[in-house]
Amino acid sequence: MSKLDLLGLKGVSKETITKILDGASEMKKILKSGKKKISLLEGKSVFLMFYEPSTRTSSSFDEAAKILGANTISLSVGSSSVKKGETLIDTAKTLDHMQADIIVIRHSVSGAPKLIADNVNASVINAGDGLHEHPTQSLLDMFTMREKWGDFSDKKIAIIGDIKHSRVARSNIWGLTAMGAKVTICAPATLMPMGWEAFPVTVAKTKQEAVKDADAIIGLRLQLERQDKGMFPSISEYFKYYGVEKSIIDLANKDVIIMHPGPVNRGAEIDTDSTDGIHSVINEQVTNGVAIRMSVLAYLTGKLDQLLKPVKRKVIPL
Amino acid sequence: MKILLKNGNIVFGDKVQKGDLVLENGKIAFAGGTYSDSTDKIYDVSGKMVLPGLIDMHTHLRDPGLEYKEDIISGSRSAVAGGFTAIACMPNTRPVLDNPALIAYIKYKSKENGLCKVLPIGTVTKGQKGEALAELRLMNDQGAVAFSDDGYPVSTAQMLRLALEYTKDFDGLIISHCEDRSLTDGGYVNEGKNASLAGLKGISRASEDVGTARDLIVANTMNARIHIAHVSTSGAVELIRYFKSKGVKVTAETCPQYFLATDKEILEFNTFAKVNPPLREESDNIAILEGIKDRTIDVLVTDHAPHHIDEKRVDFSEAAFGSIGLESAVGLNTRLIEKGILDWTGLAKLMSTNPAHILKLHETGEIKTGYTADITVIDPDIKYVFDAKKTFSKSHNSLFDGWKLKGKTTMTIIDGQVVYNNSIITPFGKD
Repeated sequence: MSKLDLLGLKGVSKETITKILDGASEMKKILKSGKKKISLLEGKSVFLMFYEPSTRTSSSFDEAAKILGANTISLSVGSSSVKKGETLIDTAKTLDHMQADIIVIRHSVSGAPKLIADNVNASVINAGDGLHEHPTQSLLDMFTMREKWGDFSDKKIAIIGDIKHSRVARSNIWGLTAMGAKVTICAPATLMPMGWEAFPVTVAKTKQEAVKDADAIIGLRLQLERQDKGMFPSISEYFKYYGVEKSIIDLANKDVIIMHPGPVNRGAEIDTDSTDGIHSVINEQVTNGVAIRMSVLAYLTGKLDQLLKPVKRKVIPL
Repeated sequence: MKILLKNGNIVFGDKVQKGDLVLENGKIAFAGGTYSDSTDKIYDVSGKMVLPGLIDMHTHLRDPGLEYKEDIISGSRSAVAGGFTAIACMPNTRPVLDNPALIAYIKYKSKENGLCKVLPIGTVTKGQKGEALAELRLMNDQGAVAFSDDGYPVSTAQMLRLALEYTKDFDGLIISHCEDRSLTDGGYVNEGKNASLAGLKGISRASEDVGTARDLIVANTMNARIHIAHVSTSGAVELIRYFKSKGVKVTAETCPQYFLATDKEILEFNTFAKVNPPLREESDNIAILEGIKDRTIDVLVTDHAPHHIDEKRVDFSEAAFGSIGLESAVGLNTRLIEKGILDWTGLAKLMSTNPAHILKLHETGEIKTGYTADITVIDPDIKYVFDAKKTFSKSHNSLFDGWKLKGKTTMTIIDGQVVYNNSIITPFGKD
């Protein structure tokens, strides 16, 4: 029995991404309407397994599934309960036996969603695995960008921050490159992935260089535990050289959009003025997150075509 | 009992010669040429390579304490099926082998099995805790062939110094797992582009290189023997080569995973590829092949590390480290002959003569009249796909599952007894 999973964006085609973004456009209309309920996924059960804490992603998925009429069940599995005995596969299989149609999983170890997907009948959505991928975050980022630009070709996106430990950066690198955009990354050496040459990106040594001609700047959350491990000495030093603030916004394209996956550490990777300023689309990203997740849920259950009436599309220039 | 292996390609120390091999009363009675006297049993080994019994000086048998993964019996069965007449077992069992009573236990079990010789390796430190030396001399006299805290490096340079110094009185051997734990920093794959692509925590190669440098410098200063376990990096090969040139009494071993596999195996999160040290990069493979060719590396081992499937069918960070290796070693190591790195005499040297010499096993490791009749017969041409599920080991966690191998052990003879012949195991005294 073949089933669709969404484990990452590496290797996913432009056509598939476009389909999901098109779906999100339709879903956003429903989201913004007065009546956030349709029966597209009525009778389907969506289980949320979040092994890592999450506010926005888990509630975003939960709302998305409920708006589509699905049954949603949330398991808050702290990582300690993993070690208390039941294996990941056993837990996932239990959900299968409860007739799950979709399992959404977030886990601290890369590859965990694949481990589950290989062992269950339900469709699996990766809501973030270790340092590996966070496909729905990247899809919502791209949706946000598409709303502003229409298409991606020749657009320049600068991702600044802890690239080494960022699954958001990785998914965005794969997704944006598939859509024809150019990605530049910038981070202190201790927060750059070893072997970055394997990624289809340009590396900028300074944030000023990174944002030159940028159409979008994505700031990545600075995880303070990295400071404990000595990867950067202080927040003020980090902010000076890698923080998103007015001076670099001024260096980018005049219509540059400022993005962040959230939650924001104000004053660490981005200042308050940039977070709340006119270039910021951070709040829109959150709204789009629900729309994207609605689209992904519909896509995996084969219901997206129902929603997307064939439209005469503008030919996207190469 | 006098047996004749007829018309095989006998691998001597310096040449391969077609001829007959006669084993009598547990010793090699005749080697090379044509044997015309009567014998009790004749085996036709034409077309096969006849080697001195293979010795694996790095295996994990998990016994006592972790018998659900493997035990001395099942490990020995896997060993003889792989062609090994002797295996040295690492002490990271539960409890660890840090006292003479447990050394005696291993020796007793080995004898009782009637399979391959199992040579116990004791820990360097009590409880393998790295705080105080274990009873090395008592263990030595009980039959321990070496000492190692394998799984971990010897905790500090000072502890290693003490161990190297102390063992000089009885010419004991320390086998060192080289690692700098601070550089390992909780990682579990090779730090490199594949770790970054997969999002798995990498270990800097500097960890092994710093550990190797530390151990070689201390050994040099103490003018002591030392054996470097499972060499995996190009840096470690260079260091060993350098210190050897300076006259340091270092020997070194490596395993097929470090010259035939790379960290690209982790891209699909295959936990069977999670080993310690981790799989490295192609440039490391090349450096190790060079090291084997110029004999910087003296021994080929398996680092047979059995784990129950429940310990591998988990997320990558939780999965246990290790791959089994006893029954794939021959089929993988023949690739060295294909690649022109070794010829058959070289392979015999690295898999038999050198380990025998390093572990001070007398009158074995070479085909010479009067030597112990430990013999491995290999079909050099047979091609097959390795099926880990068909091994005699209790565990089937093999990195090489599904790989195409060439060459297979057809017969294993220990003390003149045919213990393994074409998939059938016959322990001593159970004919």
